[in-house]
Amino acid sequence: MDTERPLPKPDQDSKVYWEGARRHELLLQQCGSCKRFRFYPRSVCPHCFSDQFEWRKASGRGSVYSFTVIHRAPFPAFRDKVPYVLALIELNEGVRMMTNIIDCDPDLITIGMPVEVTFEKVSEEITLPQFKPAH
Amino acid sequence: MVKDPFSRTVAIVGVGESECGRGINLSVLQHQALAAKRALDDAGINKNDVDAVMATDVLGLPSLQVAEYLGIEPRYTDTTITGGSAFEVFVEHGALAIAAGLCEVCLITYGSSLWSDRRRLVEQGGVDPRMPAAQFEMPYGDLSPIAAYALAANRHMHEYGTTSEQLAEVAVASRQWAMRNPQALLREPITTADVLNSPMIASPFHKLDCCLMTDGGGAVVMTSTERARDLRKPPVYLIGSGFSATHLTINQMEDLTRTGAVDAGRQAFARAGLKPLDIDLLQVYDSFTFSVVIAVEDLGFCKKGEGGQFVENGRLAPGGELPTNTSGGGLSYTHPGALGIFLIIEAVRQLRGECAARQIPEAEFALVHGIGGWLSAHATLILGK
Repeated sequence: MDTERPLPKPDQDSKVYWEGARRHELLLQQCGSCKRFRFYPRSVCPHCFSDQFEWRKASGRGSVYSFTVIHRAPFPAFRDKVPYVLALIELNEGVRMMTNIIDCDPDLITIGMPVEVTFEKVSEEITLPQFKPAH
Repeated sequence: MVKDPFSRTVAIVGVGESECGRGINLSVLQHQALAAKRALDDAGINKNDVDAVMATDVLGLPSLQVAEYLGIEPRYTDTTITGGSAFEVFVEHGALAIAAGLCEVCLITYGSSLWSDRRRLVEQGGVDPRMPAAQFEMPYGDLSPIAAYALAANRHMHEYGTTSEQLAEVAVASRQWAMRNPQALLREPITTADVLNSPMIASPFHKLDCCLMTDGGGAVVMTSTERARDLRKPPVYLIGSGFSATHLTINQMEDLTRTGAVDAGRQAFARAGLKPLDIDLLQVYDSFTFSVVIAVEDLGFCKKGEGGQFVENGRLAPGGELPTNTSGGGLSYTHPGALGIFLIIEAVRQLRGECAARQIPEAEFALVHGIGGWLSAHATLILGK
């Protein structure tokens, strides 16, 4: 574990999300009014503006919307990781999130390929949802 | 069609840079003061006549800091923070304020020691720890802002077949312009092969697909058309403007192949009563080669998906149909962190006919398009003689 890696600081909106990730659950907010899922977590629905919502465990399945292979590390902590894949994933729940795609040769990744969530413990506090090719 | 209420009621009358390059020994405020001095000299306006100051995100309270440093007590101010497009927004806001009689002479400044401070700035990636991107993007090794534009470029390639060679054409055209600009940082000729053979940074972007990092500053002076008539240089009028922000964080951008330039450009053309074919030259924020490709589509110079073909065969280069980034732009001229003000400065000089070896003959209308954030905030200006 590398202390130089930028780590999320859970806040009032995201505390439940990061607690879920520690339990290896990908949690999404679902609007109590229009029932749409949203990402990232926030206190109001960006679609209908309702402040009612429930946390739901996501399927953890989706597809690659786009990706880039990073060859120059943004932080010293990533220097031994290059080249690595940074991607936007479209979850089956209809939301998009950023992730790495791990356990896969970057050359084999294509837009549209199915992926599933996995979890990477990066500190005592923080476990990151990550994605890998779906079985 | 609704024309701008302030179309041709205000003019840009002075422009200037500080010293742009790498390792320039000027502070952020010195850059802005030097650029302001040169822009006011260019206009022939006394500093004491400035009654509005506009500056963006370099310092905590930037417009107040710049005004105080220069010894100005403004009666109108603006500190819009929309990244590299803030300066195009300032021109729109300045025009409204001048047209409404809230101020008469508006000074817009920018200054940055991006290159000299590069380690500190790059590692922040432009993200405050309280922003959602700090939790949901940066922990994944997001190379900000390069990766966001790379994600959009890859999606565009997937949907429309845009190629790395086509992206490289943008860099080659910029360099050809820079070779005609004695102030440009990079003036050695390059080929598309040079771009493709430069080190990969974040696919599909090679090093030469990415803008420079430099120090530098710029300033622009605006006033009413009436006052502009008896100043030192011919006025360059604001004909139309438009703005659109679709998101901030790249994971929130609904369609990575369609930007706010669609709406910003549509507003600017409608208010100006012009269409893309009327435009003689384009200044667009070339943070990356792809930024230009998607902008020519979204601004209506070609159809969606055809931007890659559009930039082929030197269309943006000297002698091409749509001269673009005639200073050499962020890819070859200079890029001290926010290019927007330099796009305006170059457009004004072209419309005045001051550009010597890179002058576009009989240029009547220029379109300036600023892009801020992660393809987030788009601001379009149409300027004319």
